[in-house]
Formats: sequence, C-alpha cells, structure tokens
Amino acid sequence: MGFDYTRSLGPTLGRFLTDLRRRKVTGIRGSDGRVHVPPLEYDPVTAERLSEFVDVASTGVVRGWSWIPEPLEAQPLDRPFAWALIQLDGADTSLLHAVDAGSPDRMSTGARVRVRWRAERVGAITDIECFELSDEPSADPVEADEVTMVTTPVHLHYTHSASPTEDPFLRGLMEGRLIAQRCPECSKVYFPPRPACPTDGVPTTDRIELSDRGTVTTFCVVNVPFLGQRIPPPYVSAYVLLDGADIPFLHLLLGVAPEDVRMGMRVEAVWKPREEWGPTMQNIDHFKPSGEPDAPFDSYSQHL
Amino acid sequence: MRDIAVVGFAQTPCVRETDGTTNGVEMLVPIFHEVLGGLGLTKSDIGFWCSGSSDYLAGRAFSFVSAVDAIGAFPPIMESHVEMDAAWALYEAWVKLLCGEVDTALVYGFGKSSAGQLRRVMAMQLDPYVVTPLWPDSLGLAGIQARMGIEAGLWDERQMASVAARSRAAAVSNPLAQLSGSVEVSDLLATPYVVDPLRRHDCAPITDGAATIVLAAGDRARELCERPAWITGFEHRVDSPSFGARDLLGCASAVAAGKAAGAGGVEVAELHAPFTHQEIMLRQALGLGDDVVVNPSGGVLAGNPMFAAGLARIGEAARRVHDGSASKVLGHATSGPLLQQNLVCVMEGRE
Repeated sequence: MGFDYTRSLGPTLGRFLTDLRRRKVTGIRGSDGRVHVPPLEYDPVTAERLSEFVDVASTGVVRGWSWIPEPLEAQPLDRPFAWALIQLDGADTSLLHAVDAGSPDRMSTGARVRVRWRAERVGAITDIECFELSDEPSADPVEADEVTMVTTPVHLHYTHSASPTEDPFLRGLMEGRLIAQRCPECSKVYFPPRPACPTDGVPTTDRIELSDRGTVTTFCVVNVPFLGQRIPPPYVSAYVLLDGADIPFLHLLLGVAPEDVRMGMRVEAVWKPREEWGPTMQNIDHFKPSGEPDAPFDSYSQHL
Repeated sequence: MRDIAVVGFAQTPCVRETDGTTNGVEMLVPIFHEVLGGLGLTKSDIGFWCSGSSDYLAGRAFSFVSAVDAIGAFPPIMESHVEMDAAWALYEAWVKLLCGEVDTALVYGFGKSSAGQLRRVMAMQLDPYVVTPLWPDSLGLAGIQARMGIEAGLWDERQMASVAARSRAAAVSNPLAQLSGSVEVSDLLATPYVVDPLRRHDCAPITDGAATIVLAAGDRARELCERPAWITGFEHRVDSPSFGARDLLGCASAVAAGKAAGAGGVEVAELHAPFTHQEIMLRQALGLGDDVVVNPSGGVLAGNPMFAAGLARIGEAARRVHDGSASKVLGHATSGPLLQQNLVCVMEGRE
C-alpha cells in the first residue's frame, strides 16, 4: 500500500530543506539560546515562534547510536549501518541519521562524523545520504533553487488474512456461488458477510446461498475520469440488493443507457469466463438488466 | 467531582498472529461478552463507548468504524475514538463521566500487528518532514536510548536481561501471556543482538490482541462491583516530539504525570514499557521503590497488543483492587517514540 504525501513546508522547514539542497545545514535559536538542528518552528519549552536561523557545520559528534545489522526497506543504507543522534558543530541538539560505519566496532559515542551529500538533491532530509566517520569538512555549498514543498512516499505492506466469515464467502466465489451470512438474532442476511452483525454485535454464523439476481436500490452516473478507471465514463455504479439479502453492495451496471437506469430495476450478474475465476467479487464482471418488471418500492425501501 | 471507578476488565489472549480481520471485530466480540456478562450488563446499559486503534497498523481506512460492528450499534450509540493507545480513550471516557453526561462507559483497544511490519509501521508516528523519510525503526530508536543509559551508568545489559527474566517468570501466572517461563539471565545474555545493544528479550513481542475496561460513576459503580477501583488520579503529559532536543534518559513527562496523579504509596504498578531499559526508566521516573510490585502480569514484555496494551496495564492494576490483593495501584501507558507521552492512572479500593 503506498501513498506520496505532498506537504508544504512553511518558512522554517522550507529554509532548512532548501539549505540542504545547497549542501548547507541550518539550525534555529531557541528561547533559551540553544541552537536546534533540525530547526523547530516553535520553542519546545516556551512555545514562542522561533525565527533566528544559525548556520552550523556539516561535521559533528555522535551522542548515541544503535546498530542495524539488517536494514529495512527504504532506510538510508542497504548495508549494515548505525542509527545515530548527531550533534553538529554549532548545534546544541541532535539530528537523527544513519552513519555508514561498516562495522559496530568502528562506532562509538563521541565519534566524529561528517555529512555525505547526495549527488542529486531535491530539498529533503534524504539529501543527506548518510554520515561517515571523518573529521574533515564536507563538500562546499552550491547554489540551488528554493524548495517550498516536499514529497514523502510511504509504502507499507500488509497481509490480510481471510477471516472465519470471509472464508466460505471467498471459497463460494471460486465456485460461482454467492454465500451470505445470517445474523442468528435479527435474521438479517449480509452479503458480503461481516465478522459481526452491526445491529446485534454477534458473529453472523448461519450460512445462506443467494441467487445472482437482485434489485437496484440506488445508483449514480460516473462522469468524472480518475486514476485506475476500468471503463470510459459515463457509466453507472449501482447498489444491488440480491434477492434474499438485507444489505445492498456496490457494483457496475452495464448493458443499459445511463438515462434508462432507475431505482427498482431488476438486474442479473454477468460472470467472467469460469477460467478467470478467483476468490474475488470481480468474478462478477458486472450486472445487466434482467428484463423482469421493476420491483415495487416497498420491496426495497427498508434497504436503502 | 464525581467518584469514578474501573469496575470491569477483559482482554484477549496475547498471540503472535490471529486469523481475523484487522478491524478487530473477531477479537472484540468475545471480550465485550465477557466484560458485560460479568457485570450483568447489556450494550444498552453503556452510556458511552470509546476506542483506541490505528489505521496504519490495520492497513485499511476507518478500521475503527468497522470495529463498531462488534458493539451492535443499533439503536445508535454515543461513541468516540482516539488514534492512540486506548488508555487515552479511557481518559476521554473518564472526562465524559466527570461531566455527568453518562454513568457508564466501555473503552476498548485493539491491534493486529501481525498484518504488517511493526518496526516500519511505527515510523509513521515520527516527524513526517525530517524523520519519517529516513524510516527509523522502533528497535533502532530504542537501541539509541538503551545505549545512552548504559554509557551514563544508569543500567547495564545484565539489568536489562533481569527485567526480561522477571517479566517472563511473573507471566507464568498469566494464562493470556504470549511469553512466559523460567529463563536464566546468563542464557539471555548469551543470545545475539537484534539491534545492538538490544537483544530479542529486550523488546516486547509482536502481538495481536484487544482489551476492554468498563467505567462507572458513584453508586452505579458500587452496584456493579463489590470492590471498585476508584480513580484518584489520572494524568497524561507529553514531551517534545523533537527527540534530539529532549533529555532521553530523564523522561520528564512521566515524572510530571506521576507526580500530578499522586503515584506515591502504590503497592502494585503495571508499567507500559516495550523495552527492558524503559521499565528501569519508568520505575525511576515514577518514584517506585523496591517494595512496589511491578508488572505482576508480566507486562508488555510478555505480550504487547498495540493500542490495547496501555489500557490493559490499567485493567491489570485495577484487578488487584477488585480481588482485594491491593488497596492502591497504578496503571501506566505510553505513546509516541521513546516514552514521549506518558499517562498515569492511580486507583484505590475503599473499605
């Protein structure tokens, strides 16, 4: 699962990240005179707005560290490295970054380090590729345009298990069957099934098989293009209440002009070819009108 | 002010992996049944519901809304949520009861950490501009803090291992614990580092689980519980999110919360310390002497259901009042990186 967060920076972080792009590190003076790196917008003690930028060195000293023998995805280095709190010369607080030390035997609190600048800098904390063990100054500053925005990609990975109620539902789909579940207390039929009846808070344990015909309870005509859209607009997304179910679900309605779709329209599933079936609702490619007379409003008015 | 007490507590077993959804419903249904059944209540007796959980942990949007299915929210209920450990949801419910709006509240937290990679998910709580883009993992950060304490002479690796050994030994009497048993400190110290200076036993396990607490006010609490755990102090404090700018070994927010809540004189303390050295820090910050029984449940080193573990500490402490084995207890919860935020709930039994 991934998302590129795009954030505006404001005057303080904008200055810090612009300067990183220029191979310079800038801190800010706090209410108590301490120089904070990275710079803070407001003083952590007095909450005063801070504005006095202070140039600090790109060399500094390790104040604390840990050793990562097996780096994780997206960390600064893909070989073993140290996380370290680094107090840059001229700063009073510490910056977190990676140190490319090669071995934990070479790391120590008090070790001198310097910035290793990335060749292609964009105005981000990752413009510092990492720190390296050295007391020599880093490369000189260069000119670069100001940055006002930063994009921070987030990619996380999840394994979603098929829960006890989802399992028969998904297995049913692989065989072209629609398996719903009924609440033992209120007898409402849920398709797709839920872990618990949202009315009674009890597991929906009773299984029931439904037909692939139903009624359109409500719908919308999609006119807006968006990323990942399967078919060109306009088309109809409809809530379909399967016969015997109590909760409608959203699906695609094709085979009818958008202006002819109406609440109460009777529809049937159009399945993909059997060889394409998997444990997914996408086995139903779409719904189409069944040609039956419209269902009376009273038959679905409680399911809107 | 109204008197408010913890009157009920239930939690799931702490396990490495469950087969349910990440919206917690499968874990919550049985513990709601247990806690309400134990008090002779039904859902309509609860005036306010409040939960703690995280969508980043669940890997799906609005997982806390799906979780409400476990309640059975019809007719409509009064409900709220915090994207924090449910100990903070308990605080919100306590304020609601203090205001006199309702007489009972049920609070719950849940987390299915097994669905994702917890060490990376935890980077989402860091500064999104200058820290998260580096993807610091929770063990890497804790390792820095642990080493700073070792080099400052505040603890050593043997003392850290002793915390783990004591925790697992205590957890033998806790049937819901994930890790328990008798282990030798020397054996623990012979194991390799996971993130130098941390070994596996120094880090709380990855756990799926949930917990719930019922609060009640005044006479309602006395009706429901023979020996309610009356809340006499409930405080939370926050340190700067800029962890390079704060004293990582002093834990000022825990000191302040403990002082404000009146932590002195407690007999039992359940501390939310996901790393062994953090238990040592918290004992110091809260002024807990050697006579205080710390983490008789085994604490989170024996089972750490994210977003429920802090609430469970308060529940475990309250249980010692309910069963008459203690008269003044403390439950602690933490949130944020490196003990940034700390909450202390002090409870007392009355004769």
